[in-house]
Amino acid sequence: MAASRRITVEGNEAAASVAHRLSEVIAIYPITPSSRMGELADEWSARGKTNLWGAVPQVTEMQSEGGAIAAVHGALQAGSMATTFTASQGLLLMIPNMFKIAGELLPFCMHVSARAVATHALSIFGDHSDVMACRQTGFAMIASNSVQEAQDIAAIGHVATLRSRVPFLHFFDGFRTSHEVAKIDPLSDADLAKLVSDDLVKPIRDRALTPDHPVVRGTAQNPDTFFQAREAGNLFYDACPGIVKQTMDEFAAITGRHYDLFEYVGHPEAERIVVMMGSGAEAAQEAVEWLMAKGERVGLLKVRLYRPFATETFVRTLPKTTRAIAVLDRTKEPGSIGEPLYQDVVTALFEIRGEAAPKVMPLVIGGRYGLSSKEFTPSMVKTVFDELTRDAPKRHFTVGIVDDVTHLSLPVDMDLDIEQADVVRAVFYGLGADGTVSANKNSLKILGEAKDGFVQGYFVYDSKKSGAITVSHLRFSPRFIRSSYLVRQASFIACHQWSFVDKYEMLAEAAPGGVFLVNAPFPKEKVWDELPRDVQEVILAKKLSLYAIDAYSVAKEAGMGSRINGIMQTCFFAISGVLPREEAIAKIKEGIEKAYGARGAEILRRNFIAVDKTIENLSQIDVPSAVTSTRARSPIVSPKAPDFVSRVTAMMLANKGDLLPVSAFPIDGTWPTGTAKWEKRNIALDVPVWDSAICIQCNKCAMVCPHAAIRTKVYGPGELDDAPATFKSMDYKSSDFPNSKYTVQVATEDCTGCTLCVVVCPAKDKSNPRHKSLDMAPVSPIRDAERDNYDFFLNLPEADRTQVKIDVKNTQFFEPLFEYSGACSGCGETPYVKLLTQLFGDRLLVANATGCSSIYGGNLPTTPYTTNRDGRGPAWANSLFEDNAEFGLGYRLALDAHTDQAKILLKGLSERVGTWLVDEMLGADQLGEAGIKAQRGRVEALRKKLAEVKTPEAVRLGIMADYLVQKSVWIVGGDGWAYDIGYGGLDHVLSMGRKVNVLVLDTEVYSNTGGQASKATPMGAAAKFASLGKDSPKKDLGMMAMAYGNVYVAQIAFGAKDNQTVQALAEADSYPGPSLVIAYSHCIAHGYDMAFGLEQQKLAVQSAYWPLYRFDPRRAEKGESPLRIDSGPIKSTLAQFTKNEGRFHLVERLDKGRYDQLMATAQERLRQRYSLYERIAEAMIPQGAAGADKQTPKAE
Amino acid sequence: MREGKNVDLTTKYLGLKLESPLMPGASPMVDDLDWVKRLEDAGASAIVMHSLFEEQMAREQMGSLKTMDAHDESFAEAATMFPSAEDYALGPDKYLERIREIKEAVHLPVIASLNGTTLEGWLHYAGLMEQAGADALELNVYHLAHDPYEPGAALEKRILELVREMKSAVKIPVAVKLAPFFSSIPHFASELVKAGANGIILFNRFYQPDIDVDALEVVPTLHLSESHELLLRLRWIAMLSGRVKCSLGASGGVHTGLDAIKAIMAGADGVQLVAALLRNGPQHLRKVREQMVLWMEEHDYHSVEQMRGSMSHERCPDPTALERANYLRILQSWRA
Repeated sequence: MAASRRITVEGNEAAASVAHRLSEVIAIYPITPSSRMGELADEWSARGKTNLWGAVPQVTEMQSEGGAIAAVHGALQAGSMATTFTASQGLLLMIPNMFKIAGELLPFCMHVSARAVATHALSIFGDHSDVMACRQTGFAMIASNSVQEAQDIAAIGHVATLRSRVPFLHFFDGFRTSHEVAKIDPLSDADLAKLVSDDLVKPIRDRALTPDHPVVRGTAQNPDTFFQAREAGNLFYDACPGIVKQTMDEFAAITGRHYDLFEYVGHPEAERIVVMMGSGAEAAQEAVEWLMAKGERVGLLKVRLYRPFATETFVRTLPKTTRAIAVLDRTKEPGSIGEPLYQDVVTALFEIRGEAAPKVMPLVIGGRYGLSSKEFTPSMVKTVFDELTRDAPKRHFTVGIVDDVTHLSLPVDMDLDIEQADVVRAVFYGLGADGTVSANKNSLKILGEAKDGFVQGYFVYDSKKSGAITVSHLRFSPRFIRSSYLVRQASFIACHQWSFVDKYEMLAEAAPGGVFLVNAPFPKEKVWDELPRDVQEVILAKKLSLYAIDAYSVAKEAGMGSRINGIMQTCFFAISGVLPREEAIAKIKEGIEKAYGARGAEILRRNFIAVDKTIENLSQIDVPSAVTSTRARSPIVSPKAPDFVSRVTAMMLANKGDLLPVSAFPIDGTWPTGTAKWEKRNIALDVPVWDSAICIQCNKCAMVCPHAAIRTKVYGPGELDDAPATFKSMDYKSSDFPNSKYTVQVATEDCTGCTLCVVVCPAKDKSNPRHKSLDMAPVSPIRDAERDNYDFFLNLPEADRTQVKIDVKNTQFFEPLFEYSGACSGCGETPYVKLLTQLFGDRLLVANATGCSSIYGGNLPTTPYTTNRDGRGPAWANSLFEDNAEFGLGYRLALDAHTDQAKILLKGLSERVGTWLVDEMLGADQLGEAGIKAQRGRVEALRKKLAEVKTPEAVRLGIMADYLVQKSVWIVGGDGWAYDIGYGGLDHVLSMGRKVNVLVLDTEVYSNTGGQASKATPMGAAAKFASLGKDSPKKDLGMMAMAYGNVYVAQIAFGAKDNQTVQALAEADSYPGPSLVIAYSHCIAHGYDMAFGLEQQKLAVQSAYWPLYRFDPRRAEKGESPLRIDSGPIKSTLAQFTKNEGRFHLVERLDKGRYDQLMATAQERLRQRYSLYERIAEAMIPQGAAGADKQTPKAE
Repeated sequence: MREGKNVDLTTKYLGLKLESPLMPGASPMVDDLDWVKRLEDAGASAIVMHSLFEEQMAREQMGSLKTMDAHDESFAEAATMFPSAEDYALGPDKYLERIREIKEAVHLPVIASLNGTTLEGWLHYAGLMEQAGADALELNVYHLAHDPYEPGAALEKRILELVREMKSAVKIPVAVKLAPFFSSIPHFASELVKAGANGIILFNRFYQPDIDVDALEVVPTLHLSESHELLLRLRWIAMLSGRVKCSLGASGGVHTGLDAIKAIMAGADGVQLVAALLRNGPQHLRKVREQMVLWMEEHDYHSVEQMRGSMSHERCPDPTALERANYLRILQSWRA
């Protein structure tokens, strides 16, 4: 096929393109790393792209993967061709229906970007633990190992299922294949049409469930018949491999690309064989070819059709000379004899009889590799082959890690690099926000289209959402690229952010004689001297050429703000010479035009200027013969950090987590809290600076800070004796804490520069109102001094919690126990989480649904939940996405059981420990800080007494005594959880009357997975899966909960009315039953600068888009309506709110008429809803009304 | 509608032959196609679009980069945050689309409007507006002088350059809408004509924000014009009429038929209404037209042409009334 016809795409797109064209119904639900397939299908259908039969596939987003597969099941039963895309937990949720679909022999092909299943931790990355959990379902399982194959095998899967009636699970490795960009031969509609003839479709229509020729399916069967009926479909499984083989052969006839059930590569008389499937097999093939060239008799058997497993074909595919086999599984089954593929190989060899059977039974060993996208390289494959040469190889092993506990791992030569010299390899270090990855994807397209060879791009992201680093690994090769691992020896390394030279060892991957390009904010003469010493050393040792450009200045000059991607991309082409310079620049501009053409001419013009100015500003730097810098790179964490942080966390922070051995890790996923404080990210260029002269001490700055990076304290004047010279303080003005000092302190190294604190600051200089008590200023001149000031500040005493009033100002004297998270700069969720930890942190248990809040709350390397000086702090866990309410309820059940147990023991020991103490403890009022403090004092006294008692009961009570102090259970999650996937559980938990609190951080989309619509998405807003604008209204979750009558419900928005936020959280916690607090959370998915988050919150409330209210069933007991509206009269229109947000603009631009209609409807609904709320709020509840007493749970 | 069969209202404005001098001025009225149709029904002779601001183009486009794209490819789980942008035309293309829609909806000339003062790339849009079907362009050079180092002459030079650029970019007529703050309007006007301007519109509204003394904030205010504001326009149109070889437009303060007649007598070829229409609806234009016709009939005027410029500085019976002498005389009479 001519190179010009090839396309450059990522694996998800390759598979989805086939699935969309061969399906009529597509039911989806977002889950990483498969979301993109659903998004593309949705976008294609929204644009009217048709399937092979000329119809636009119906794409439907469901409430969960369980819902998606059920919708598919129905669609299949009704005689259509359907598909879905999923991974990991999503696939697990589909399993019950997969049994059904297979049992009913319904032709269906699903596409799975295989991902780790959460165990001791969640992982979004690739392995086969999810697909392996489906072995029992009766689905055929077929693997593809590369982007090309993701497309081809998708087609083969769709055709083979139509022919065989066995449903297919087509899988490829999450991220490694799903997100890899590669150049492939596309399948045309004509190609697909040749594969799918009408006679394959007709039987589906014939079997459709229809009243025109009715049948019954899904009956219940009994012991007399179930078994036989279950066996009745056997023949279809027997025939399936042959059908797949036939389909593959036909596919080869059409496309010239050959696939087989099992594919062998290697020496025809190989003695040592590796058996595996997935992308790792590509690295293995490279290794095998390299070893063969060295004369070794080795081979690789790639398993393509894993289920049904064609035993005889498998054995026949092995060379007769096979002496030893290593089976590699990308999954782990603790407690099994071996992982699944290993067991299948052993069983196959054992079972086979007759002439196909090997003369001598080969040795078979099994190993695990690549869990959670762990790197898998040819060097590791060589290690495995080497193991097979040993006299007593490890029967079970791991490769790719160092296991110093059970010593299963094989030692790998990490320096071995077998890539051929003519493969251009480049690595780019960028920031998410600077567009590096987008530019590299564009470069791949440019090179893919311009040259005959092949391209590959793989992108590594950081675990943070703000100031996140991206590393792009690009290859350009004259041959098909099988290197399914990161670039190790790069001829070109680009550093797009100067600060990285101090943070990362970028040049470890530099090949000798290569190029190092750096974006340096200095004149070219200064660049060399500004580099740290160890970077200079590597440049000299590896004889690297050094190039530099001040890309931010070029971008600024071109009016591009901080977008440097086009500039750095131009530098790459100018230096690397992979294309003639003029041609490259023309292509870059073409790419810009394609990307931004629709946005307008100005954006294009500025981009073009930036590209044109690049060449004149790019310089090669003269490298002196010796190191000149005296500056060493800063340590990753402070020497004061605790042992675990220095040993483990610091390695992870340095991007060296791969080197940590098994023994370094907790055995059960338990990690210490409070480690975020040791990662000084220094990502803000400008930080707030406090002017005490005009401060009015409102503490709003501390309240709104998403990262707890600006704090306030009130303390005695004596504390200032040892204050650093630049430490600022002022007299505290309120009478609550007389004769005290007050300080607002910024954690300059932790601040992300979002400006929310400056925006909210109400204190203006009367002579120059442009100046406020908080202004943004460059961080570099003050960083060192403020570091010391912040350390001093942290050591100042905390306020006495029992003396602090519960309002906005005073709660900010409570220490935040959630700090410096990886949330987006300006995040609208984290201020609520932080406030929760300030209010209840020392007694807080958090059940956190998967989503943004679990990622910034618990995505390693660091942990933002922390402890106070007493060592108390939030205890946090994430179970799943769908189960969070139930998971949190479990906390409550356990806590209540513990408390009951403690009370029983306490009563039993009352004479020994003193009845007065027991009575006090059992009757203690623990509402509020004073009550909690007093009870903790009693527990301490009790423990002292128990120490003297020494009976088994006293020991048990000693263990349980802390449960006599109330704990606060908060179930936290986003709208995707609360409104959609977890709603059933949430509803059930709210109905139970147990004392749990629910905080819904409502961003109105699935933010974490990239902005897919949820039932919280408002009418008229664009979101993925609603790209034309959502045409149904947002679900009124609060109203649904209010209907129970005994649930405390509040809707809050801290940017609009912060005191109401504090009040609602405090009331929810004090309410003796279930509570639900729905918190408006501005989000980057809303499409505006987060600096305006608070303003938008105000507009949301003023327009009644987001009414503030508190529904407190306790009020009904006083004859009042439980509902109190806190937002005041409607002051603005919906349009005043929506006009500032990109999510609404998109829809307006797409179809103004439709948008106007949606908005008119939405505005009317807001008015109606508000009026309904007002009516409820006005309603009086008759005193002593039947049931009123019963409705409100009694305080414990 | 009172047709005024005995009265010829036609006028020539920016080279366009119009049914009457009355047209809506630049305002958000045209955002609503229904309004546009009602304006046509009420007898508007052309539709003037609201201004597309230079800043708006740059901000919208660059802003979309900052807010919509800034988070792309930053995080493994979310390569993008929005549906693919391919389908969404951001930036001023909406404006171009609106020109096409208005051209389809009504049978009137459409005058598009650009508001800007720098020589940046946004002038490119003049060409796009022409392609989209605009019959003429208004260049609104609203400028708030704040730079103590930029002399008035430099500012004028920049605007003249802008006009030349725009004229070279399009074939359709271009009118320049000025602010009242130029030291020699007649000289500058004649320079504008030399630079290619086909018309001059006097004046744009000079927005004057208020101060919130509690919040210490500058708050935008928008006061719709009153009839008395016409006087400034009358004075300068009268000064230019006959002296500069281009169309003159009156904008600001025209609320009644009599206001329109005054503007025409001062020398206006086109008369724009905004505040009166925003207050009273598009049908108010019909009323103004009827008032004009009635007055002309009552006073035996048979055409607009006949009265145009009759009260200009060149032709009016007592030109000193328009000059400084008038000022002195009034001052003295006041003292007296």
